[in-house]
Amino acid sequence: MSETARNFEIRPAEFGDLDQVIALDERITGISKRDYLNDLFERYRTRKPDQRFFYVAETAGRVVGFVVGEIRAWEFGSEPCGWVFAISVDPDEREESVGSALLDQICDRFRQAGVHRLRTMTSRDNHLLMSFFRAHGLMAGPYLQLEKDLT
Amino acid sequence: MKLQTASRLAIYAVLELSADPEQQLSAAEIGDKFGISTHHLSKVLHTLGRAGLVRSVRGAGGGYVFSGNAKRTTLLDVIELFESVGGRDAGGNEGAVTPEAAALQTVLGEIDELTRATLNSITLSTMHKLIEAGGRSIDKGQGRANTTD
Repeated sequence: MSETARNFEIRPAEFGDLDQVIALDERITGISKRDYLNDLFERYRTRKPDQRFFYVAETAGRVVGFVVGEIRAWEFGSEPCGWVFAISVDPDEREESVGSALLDQICDRFRQAGVHRLRTMTSRDNHLLMSFFRAHGLMAGPYLQLEKDLT
Repeated sequence: MKLQTASRLAIYAVLELSADPEQQLSAAEIGDKFGISTHHLSKVLHTLGRAGLVRSVRGAGGGYVFSGNAKRTTLLDVIELFESVGGRDAGGNEGAVTPEAAALQTVLGEIDELTRATLNSITLSTMHKLIEAGGRSIDKGQGRANTTD
């Protein structure tokens, strides 16, 4: 657990946080992903707790941010590294270092697990998120994501 | 990717000024640091001033101060004051519209989109962190070199 200067608590997500996490994600992305986030919680909070991490930022009993990530090894030939799959902060609580505190927390866990490289993937149109990660020192990595339309 | 001279000078100037928003620097002082002509730099600073990124200060000790938001201003914001980045015609499209030209344009468009996304994600504030980190690694490198001298 950690407290920031503005009294945000960063702590592991609990089942009772899920509705707020789902609502926050929907508010930011405009898409309701209840089933996906329920499944994510199940996988990331109950299995492989030394490799999978799901944290929330809470202030005054309210969830104002969350981060989800895990350690993955040898995918695409890559040595073990920490992946951040999702990070979100309530738009009303931004500019208060909530996102930084969440990212710091999960990076600490990756380091404790012996992993020293962080990876993530973001839409290149998401300037806010791209700038956030860039500001935290993330640079383009050695892999390129490729895709193909199968229709 | 190669930037036009004006774009590079503009980035150097806003980085130098935004490193300490309180400081006033003349075009000559900035030019001296980067080894660039004051004449050329003055034109660039004028454009940056019209964009609201720098403000000229008159009188003794005058010069320029940074007047933008370093956490919000990206490299793309600065560069696009002087040149277009990854525009539709960036790859050149001379000659007839053929399947070969269209295929080439698709590939060049992919590169352009990556370039724009990269430049649009790096703020001046992030650049300062990169500069600081680079300085540290240069110091370390020099330290290592010295120990083997």
